[in-house]
Order: sequence, then structure tokens, then C-alpha cells
Amino acid sequence: MRNTTIIALKEFKSYLASPMAYIVIGIFLVLTGVFFATSPDTLIETSIKGFLGSGSILLLLFASVLTMRLLAEERKMGTLELLLTAPVRDSELILGKFVGSLGILIVMLVLTFYYPILLRLFGDPDMGPITAGYLGLFLLGGASLAVGIFASSLTSNQIVATVVAGGILFALYFMGMLASFLPEALGKFVNFFSLSYYFPDFMRGIIDTRGVIYYLSITALFLFLAIRSLENSRWS
Amino acid sequence: MIKVENLTKYYGKRLAVDNISFNIDKGEIVGFLGPNAAGKTTTMRILAGFLLPTSGNAWVADYNILSQSLQVRRHIGYLPEAVPLYSDMTIRSYLNFAAQLRGLDKKRIRARIEEVVEICHLEEYVDVLIGKLSRGFRQRVGVAQAIIHEPEVLILDEPTIGIDPIQVAMTRQLIRELGKEHTILLSTHVLSEVSIICQRVIIINEGKIVAEDSIENLSSMIGGSRRIRLEVSNPSAKVVERLCQIEGISRVSQEGSQYILECSTGEDPREKIMESVVQNGWTLLSLESVEMSLEDIFLKLTTKKESDQ
Repeated sequence: MRNTTIIALKEFKSYLASPMAYIVIGIFLVLTGVFFATSPDTLIETSIKGFLGSGSILLLLFASVLTMRLLAEERKMGTLELLLTAPVRDSELILGKFVGSLGILIVMLVLTFYYPILLRLFGDPDMGPITAGYLGLFLLGGASLAVGIFASSLTSNQIVATVVAGGILFALYFMGMLASFLPEALGKFVNFFSLSYYFPDFMRGIIDTRGVIYYLSITALFLFLAIRSLENSRWS
Repeated sequence: MIKVENLTKYYGKRLAVDNISFNIDKGEIVGFLGPNAAGKTTTMRILAGFLLPTSGNAWVADYNILSQSLQVRRHIGYLPEAVPLYSDMTIRSYLNFAAQLRGLDKKRIRARIEEVVEICHLEEYVDVLIGKLSRGFRQRVGVAQAIIHEPEVLILDEPTIGIDPIQVAMTRQLIRELGKEHTILLSTHVLSEVSIICQRVIIINEGKIVAEDSIENLSSMIGGSRRIRLEVSNPSAKVVERLCQIEGISRVSQEGSQYILECSTGEDPREKIMESVVQNGWTLLSLESVEMSLEDIFLKLTTKKESDQ
């Protein structure tokens, strides 16, 4: 726990010390702002659906960019040797990296709070879908970061890490579209594993336990794979 | 303090370390000598817990590297060949992070940073970003990081590679001082470095231990075969012939205008060579004794072994 905190704090600080996080957060705010302002849902329903819908897809992209350096850079610069020879478990290391990047995700989401605040100031939005929507975005973002960390653990090349993470994430996200072309039973099965399948529920204000469990499982699975990939590098 | 038993490491199909065993006692400074790709780094990485062996076993400070890896890592200070530094951190914040990872508490970290910064002569640079430091300073930050938790065992992989001669001298001095309190295993491919710093040497080549002995024994074993490089102008065909006649010279080979003389016994034939040069009326351009290269030593050691068998 202590080690996880040490690594998470260090990671969070180095995000704040590099331009990457600011650029990513800036672009995220500009793009979601445009979608929020121009979406008919904003004015007609006084909902933040315009932001949530675009935000969910942008998160996939930005999570792969934010996490690409977490392990790939350590491997390239040789600093992984410091971390792996310190009395820190591989799981603590991965978890620390994850929590550190989660910190940036939280900062990014908190900065978007002015969308619902604007709605509150000028209208009477239903807070249920907004709360559920943010929870969904947070869970989806967490899962995306875990995928990104796994991709970053595979290589010393940050570009490769981003592309692999983006590939996995978009494949998981758009898998649902494939489902409609498949026989019904199989389609349902595929949908079940799609990153986008549960998200509309959250946007509508429904907190489905299956959705929560799904996102948490994806997060746990990819963090576990990242730990194994790190362990594996000790054998090769 | 360090015990290695039948350690073997394959990278895929390539054999990097081939069934090596050795012991290092408490308080020793041992040099790990070998050419590039001999298996030095791999062995050290296994001891430090970065890699796991394919087979075999090892103990560091009485902890097993396989079953008690975290304990081993707690008692080891490790300086990898590529110094693991974050260029966006200052020396102070980096050492703070390294100390935290090793489990030191806040108060002790503050005190230890002051101490290691002084030991490694980094006082003036403690708040400078690591990315702005020169190679020699980075190396010293690496050493500072390795000793911050006062480990019993220090493993230093090529600590003097790529830094200028003044820094090399400083680093060697530093290592000798650290050797008073720590057990040290250091690797190098510079022969003279081992004899300056270490009490004992383990020579490794192609993953196998070629020789393991104290510095004195080893140098007497390979000593006596001193080499001298002679350069004369207006050479004639007779130079080699004449040189061969000098007492104490076993072999003469020519490399352009230079002659390499191998001396058979421990004596120094340089005076006689001078006399010969004067007598023959050659013009002397240079005369120097040449240190044996690692390759020569391996050749010597391996041929010696074969002839012993």
C-alpha cells in the first residue's frame, strides 16, 4: 500500500511537470465543450449527453496517450531497472502507475463539472443521469487506463504502446456494432463484452450493476495482464 | 555475503551465463572482469533481482534470490550499467524517491540525502535537474542512489564507463571508501581498474568463469610476460633478428614500424634493448611497456588450463 502510494504520487507529479497532461486535458475540454455546446440535448433536455457521448470516445483515445509512457519510457530509459530492483512488488508498481494516472483522469473529469454547473445556473437539469453519467465515464476511463498500462508494459516504444492500446480499446468499443450482423445469440454474447454496450444506460441515469462489474472486471483483467507482462520480462 | 550456485541464464536460445558458481565474503571488494557480452551484467542483474535465472540459485546477505527476492532487494544497492535516472527530477527529489522505494522513513531520508550527497560530492548540484548533469555527475547520482539505504551489499555494473579520467579517479576513490563498510561486487572490462580497487577478481568469458583468484596471485600467474613496444626509424631487415638475440626476449613481432617484444621472464630488458638500439645505430622513436589486454589474459589463462590438463 505504502509503495503503491509512493509510485502513484511520483507518477501524478511527473504528469503535472510535463506538458503532455496539460495538452491532453486542454484538448479534451475544448472538444467536449464544443460537443456540449452544440448538442441539441443540452438545450432541449438540459442534459449533458452531448458531453458524455463525445467524452466516452475521446477518453479511449486520451487514455492511450496518457498511459503510453508509464512503463514504455521506464523500459527505454533503463529506469525500470531501478523500480524492479527496489523492494516493491510488481503488483504494487502497476497499481501505483494506475492510481497515478487515475488521478489525472479525476482532474480531467472534475474540470468538466462546469457543464452541469452551467445547466444548473440556467435551467433545472435532472441530476440523476448526470451523476450516473459521470460514474460511467469514470469507470470507462479507468478501464481504458488499465488497457493503456498493459499496452505500455509490452514495449519500450511509446508510439507502439499508444497504437496497441488504441487498437484494443476501439476494438472493444466498436465490437458492439459487429453484433448486429451476427446471429442473435452470438450477437448478445459479443455485446456483453463491448465497452460501449453498458454506457448508454449510465447516460440515461441507470446504474446497472452488470455495467459496473463489467468495467471493473476489464480494469482488473488488464492490470493483471500488465503485472504478468512485467513478471515475464524478468524471465526473458 | 554473496553465494552463487550453478547459475545459468538463457536469453531465448542464447546462453548468457553458463553454470557459474562463486562466493564473496563479507567486506570483500571483488572485481568481475570480462569483455563485453561475457555475462557480467546478466549475473549482476540476477543478483539484484531484475532478472530470474533459468536454473541455479544464489543467496545475497543470506536471503535466497528466488524465494526471498524482496528481502534480497532490501539489502542490495545496485548501480546498473545504464544509470537509471529521471531527467525531469532534481537530484534531491530523485534520491528522495529512491529512498522511499527502499522503505526509509521521512526523517531518515532527509538525513541520508545530506550524507550521500556529501559522500558523492554532489552538494552544489542537489537542486539541479538531472537532465542537465554531465555523464560523470549522473554516474555519481547513480552511486548515491545505490547507497542511500545503507545496504550491506553493493553491486556496481561498470561504474567508471564513459566518464572522463578525473571523474574515473574520483569514482575509484569513492568505491574504495565505500568498500570499508560494504561488500562490493563491481564489473569492469578495464584490467588496471581491478588491480587498483579490488582485493579479488573473478574473470568471466562467454558466460563461464575463467579464473578466480586474489589480485596478487593472478598478476604473478600472468605476470612475467611483460610486453614492450619499440619504434625505431631507419629499420632494416635485421632489426627483428638482432632484437631476438637480446637476453630475456622470447618473441618479436613487427607491426609496421613498430616492434612488439615479448619478454619471457619477470625481468625488465629495457636497458638491454636501449644498448642494442645504440649499438646498431637505429634512431629510437619510442619505447614503452604495454599492458596486457584482456584478450591476452584469456588466451594465457585458457591455454594454461589446457596444458595443465
